[in-house]
Amino acid sequence: MTVTGRAWKFGNNVDTDAIIPARYLNTSDPVELAAHCMEDADPTFAKKVAAGDIIVAGSNFGCGSSREHAPIAIRAAGVSCVIARSFARIFFRNSINIGLPIFESPEAAADIQNGDEISVDIESARIVNVTSGREYSALPLSDEIREIIADGGLVNHVRKKVRRDA
Amino acid sequence: MGMTLTEKILARHSGRDRVRPGDFVVARVDLVLGNDITAPVAIKEFERMGAPRVFDPGKIALVPDHFTPNKDIKSAEQVRMMREFARKYMIANFFEVGQMGIEHCLLPERGMVVPGDLVVGADSHTCTYGALGAFSTGVGSTDMAAAMATGELWFKVPETMKFVFTGRLNRWVGGKDLILYTIGRIGVEGARYRAMEFAGPAISSLSIDGRLTMANMAIEAGAKNGIFMPDDKTVEYLKGRTSRKYELETSDEDAEYHSVHEFDASEIQPQVALPHLPENARPVNEVKGVRIDQVIIGSCTNGRIEDMREAAQILKGRKVARGVRCIVIPGTQAIYLQCVREGLVETFVEAGAVVSTPTCGPCLGGHMGVLAAGEKAVSTTNRNFVGRMGHVESEIYLSGPAVAAASAVVGEIASPDEVVSQ
Ligand code: SF4
Repeated sequence: MTVTGRAWKFGNNVDTDAIIPARYLNTSDPVELAAHCMEDADPTFAKKVAAGDIIVAGSNFGCGSSREHAPIAIRAAGVSCVIARSFARIFFRNSINIGLPIFESPEAAADIQNGDEISVDIESARIVNVTSGREYSALPLSDEIREIIADGGLVNHVRKKVRRDA
Repeated sequence: MGMTLTEKILARHSGRDRVRPGDFVVARVDLVLGNDITAPVAIKEFERMGAPRVFDPGKIALVPDHFTPNKDIKSAEQVRMMREFARKYMIANFFEVGQMGIEHCLLPERGMVVPGDLVVGADSHTCTYGALGAFSTGVGSTDMAAAMATGELWFKVPETMKFVFTGRLNRWVGGKDLILYTIGRIGVEGARYRAMEFAGPAISSLSIDGRLTMANMAIEAGAKNGIFMPDDKTVEYLKGRTSRKYELETSDEDAEYHSVHEFDASEIQPQVALPHLPENARPVNEVKGVRIDQVIIGSCTNGRIEDMREAAQILKGRKVARGVRCIVIPGTQAIYLQCVREGLVETFVEAGAVVSTPTCGPCLGGHMGVLAAGEKAVSTTNRNFVGRMGHVESEIYLSGPAVAAASAVVGEIASPDEVVSQ
């Protein structure tokens, strides 16, 4: 599968409080969360983001709390994929588990400019900058992780297992 | 080649003789934790997974602590969902207001974690229990749901970084200062994906409360877990709290480390981490004089009895400065009661502080002390991110309880020495 969208650039250490502030965590409704996505990093983001757009960030994206509301808010806002120089561990795990594609690529994170049109092949982890014509490679995912993604996230992965054991 | 304690625990729980950093394992869990923010999401995912029951009702803990006592209708609905789930699946460890405390203060206090355990919690500060020699790490809600359904979870075995603290601790220096100093040295992603193992004479002399504070903030260096070798102090702490059997397993002499960092504790002064990252740690004397509006003493980092005693030692017979709001939050009901019995509550109230029922409350800008635009707070919590405690233009300075209490008295960031020698 290939996703295409405009790049929204963010800096280093974008934490989960910036992605979805705790003051909105008295709900887990994706639509409500999406309305406040990235609010403390860029208050206009939720209004302007278009379906398919891609977040491109520096290092340690998603650091801070374990709130799954962070990748949920991003996905519900219509973001098709997140590319960063590096991700915080729990955010990485949560994104995989809910099926938000996410790629570590220092090259892409450094080179892509705000507003560039980007297309990403999810399986091969090839990132193409349509605006500049440049291509970048991302860190390939491990077999175990690809299996979870192939099952459509951890819920389906466990469903399969539950049925097998029953 | 030997193994680190983190590797040993992961190996044992995945039925292997040995594991190496980078290996993917599917491991059995001993305890699964969720709170009023993360459990509702996990409960929905659990239902979608179609499991007929939870893997073991005795190995699940549900702690409503973030927005409790319920701050609004939505929070009340979230807690109701947890309560009903607990009833449906016979989960005894659902802690209602009156029994509840901040999860990471409560679980160790209740003896629910022993050395060698593998614990996962849908809360990033689940790494706290590494203080007792367990492998303990934060996960998301879907992970929590999978763990509740199957009793196991996938892990990538982390590399271990070892931090050796030599020398003796200075006065007013505790676990919080050591961990802020460490994060100041390696940065907020200095231990990303790795285990942080703490050792050395200064660590052996540190109480379990102090170790819990340190392990708590391993995540602030990006780590997967923090871990301490269980010792006499661990055994002493667990006495009367648990009847479970456990072994005092430690890292092998010839274990392989990603890196070893040695710090001389006698050179570490009380620390303050400046806005907006925990890695902005400085000795308090370099940041003295910043005017503040609020002080928070509590949280899963510093809401334990020793922290309360340290704060009281400074506040006793003194007054919170005019224009400063000082909020003290004992981490659990038992700690609260102990504060009452030891006269600490009296000390706090006489000083002009307020004492709250256990809650995460202001730590995440939830309730009970949210900051307005432009306000500055000294807080014994663990995160000083933009907007963490309220308005995006507010500022948080992280410290241990001694610096926080001293700052409350002076009205600006202050060293405990200035106040106590007055
Ligand atoms: S006290 Fe703060 S850091 Fe600790 S669990 Fe509660 S919200 Fe999280």
